[in-house]
Amino acid sequence: MAQALRPAVGLAVALAFLGPLLLSAGVARFAFNVVFAAEPPRVLRWAGDPEGGAPFVEADPSRPERVVGFDVEIATLLAAGVGRAPEFLNITFASIDQSILRGDAEIGLSGIEDTPAHRAAMAVTIPYYEFREVLSVRDADASRFQSLADLRGKTVGTLGGTIAYEILLRAEREHGVHVKSYDDDVHPYSELVIGRVDAVLLDNVLAERRHRTIPGFTIQPQTVAIGHYVGVLSPRNAPLRDRFNEVLLGAMRDGRLERILRTWSVWNDDQPALHERLLAGVPVPAVVGLDAAASVATMSGWDAARRYFPSLLRASVITIVLSCLSMALAVTIGVLIATGRVYGGRIARGALTAYVELIRGTPILLQLFVLYYGLASAIRLPAFVAALLGLALNYAAYESEIYRSALEAIPVGQLEAARTLGLSERQVLTLVRAPQAFRLALAPMTNDFVALLKDSSLVSVLTVLELTKQTQIFATNLGSWVIPGTLCAALYLAMSLPLAALARRLELRWRTVPQ
Amino acid sequence: MTDTVLDITDLELRRGPRTILSGVRLQVSRGEIVAIMGPSGSGKTTILRAVAGLERFQSGQIDVDGVKLAGAADIPKPTLRELRRKVGMVFQFHCLFEHLSAIDNVCLAPVHAHGVAPADARARGLELLRTFGVDHRATALPRQLSGGEAQRVAIARALAVDPPVLLMDEPTASLDPERRADLGALLQGLQRQQRTLIVSTHDEDFARDFATRVLRMRDGVVHGQA
Repeated sequence: MAQALRPAVGLAVALAFLGPLLLSAGVARFAFNVVFAAEPPRVLRWAGDPEGGAPFVEADPSRPERVVGFDVEIATLLAAGVGRAPEFLNITFASIDQSILRGDAEIGLSGIEDTPAHRAAMAVTIPYYEFREVLSVRDADASRFQSLADLRGKTVGTLGGTIAYEILLRAEREHGVHVKSYDDDVHPYSELVIGRVDAVLLDNVLAERRHRTIPGFTIQPQTVAIGHYVGVLSPRNAPLRDRFNEVLLGAMRDGRLERILRTWSVWNDDQPALHERLLAGVPVPAVVGLDAAASVATMSGWDAARRYFPSLLRASVITIVLSCLSMALAVTIGVLIATGRVYGGRIARGALTAYVELIRGTPILLQLFVLYYGLASAIRLPAFVAALLGLALNYAAYESEIYRSALEAIPVGQLEAARTLGLSERQVLTLVRAPQAFRLALAPMTNDFVALLKDSSLVSVLTVLELTKQTQIFATNLGSWVIPGTLCAALYLAMSLPLAALARRLELRWRTVPQ
Repeated sequence: MTDTVLDITDLELRRGPRTILSGVRLQVSRGEIVAIMGPSGSGKTTILRAVAGLERFQSGQIDVDGVKLAGAADIPKPTLRELRRKVGMVFQFHCLFEHLSAIDNVCLAPVHAHGVAPADARARGLELLRTFGVDHRATALPRQLSGGEAQRVAIARALAVDPPVLLMDEPTASLDPERRADLGALLQGLQRQQRTLIVSTHDEDFARDFATRVLRMRDGVVHGQA
């Protein structure tokens, strides 16, 4: 009897403890439902990049906190179709995929291309627009550059990480064109007009939009490839994607999609044909005119890594050469600035101090933009030179501060001793002050060099294809950051660790006794 | 007829509102060892610095073996160059060049300021270090030297350009009694070579034992040219 009771007592005791816990969990869930449950399903968060501008997504000129564009209207259409209210999330174009995968938003809509990579990594909707990749050239070249094959040895610009970029990489191998990758779709055209590139390959929507505001270039009629805009969702949200597809098909059937596209003047004869195929259930390939087998998205990760590794190595060479040259220049300019600030007259000191504060007080990205794009009307620096100068001028300000404090750390007594021995002021500097200051500056200088090595990734905004940019392109094409990111980190470490080791050895050598 | 090697007349030196030296007159003959004594802040070091051309003064004149410094203006560069050949200075804290070995400290000025061939400068430098008993430390860096060694290297460095006048600021401050006697003997050796020594010091015994003349300073004024 007593033995039979024991489990029952145990159960009762357990219930006595667990009961309140279970009860409170129930209360908590009820409270959670009351507070939150009403909200999330009613809102459709969609990600886009207003920097892309009209006709996709742009800030409303009259109310800059609001966005307008055909992607905005399609988002509204989709949200209404699933009974939700659209909520816009501002995400940089290159990060939309990652942001969707993280769950920041349900769908990305921003002139996003249907690519094998997108199909492999994301849940993509059916296309809502068909575009043509077209070549734009300066008016004067309209008759001689009609296709990519005519552009051997010439430079062709495009937006990085796009189908157009993939096409150009192929043309680089097949026709010997040089590819220049931009981070936005405005600069390729302005650079075409001023002669920094000889042609631009982008889709007809972008080309026609720029053609209205930037005079001086011709859009060639020949179609290089055909692509499509789609919405991208996380693979987890495949059921939601299927519902969106139904909404899109419905809008094609009843003409609501046509009305949206006409509002933004992007409706053309390609669209009804696309709608017809989709409504008939004919599968639409991601891209026509670019061999899908050539795409890395269909390869295994390691095959893709092997294929991209040489280009990552080449980009590393750019990174290391750029960093070494910039640092050498920064050190030279930094020494001159520091000397001027320690020995110069009042005016020289004031001017140099102003320079240092200006450089340290403004972002390096802004400085690079001003140097490359801002000054383009006065002096047209090649991208590599502008990158080199930009990094050097920026780092020179920081280096000069290191040297100035190192110079000022040398005891006055030593300088006076040198003077009483008959050394000139110049000799006091070069024989006594600078050599000791250099030893003091060595450690912070090494630190700065390693920092410069990594900051050199910023020059990708000037179309210089260095390691980080190449990695980003690799990742976009592959639809994943895991392998490209690992390779990139390994390459940076392979460059910075020996540098740090070398610096430690130099420091040690100059500190040890020459006895 | 004494051979005057240093002649200071009516030296006035102010820094802002503070008067550092006032009406200083001083004549020193070749081969003298003059000790300038006085409490801290009395102006001993400033007199040495003015003679070495490291201080600007408001009025008066300093004549070092024919090189004339006048107050109220910056010293012209050619004058300064000439002065550097006449006056050597040993600082209280030695102020050796930390990045150079003892011998390189000694050779720097002869090679770079006076155009002596490096090999000759080195031979003469080693000889000087040997004279002062520190040639075995020739390749040591300053921070590896003891206080006494550093002082003797600093004296060798000042003498490497062969100035007739040697100024020493508080040379006994960091020496124990035994080392102090060694320094006194060293100074007397220099005196025998007709070198003139002007030494600022706190040390009564040292002044009495080794100086040929003792001056006392108070508040920027020289008293009692004993």
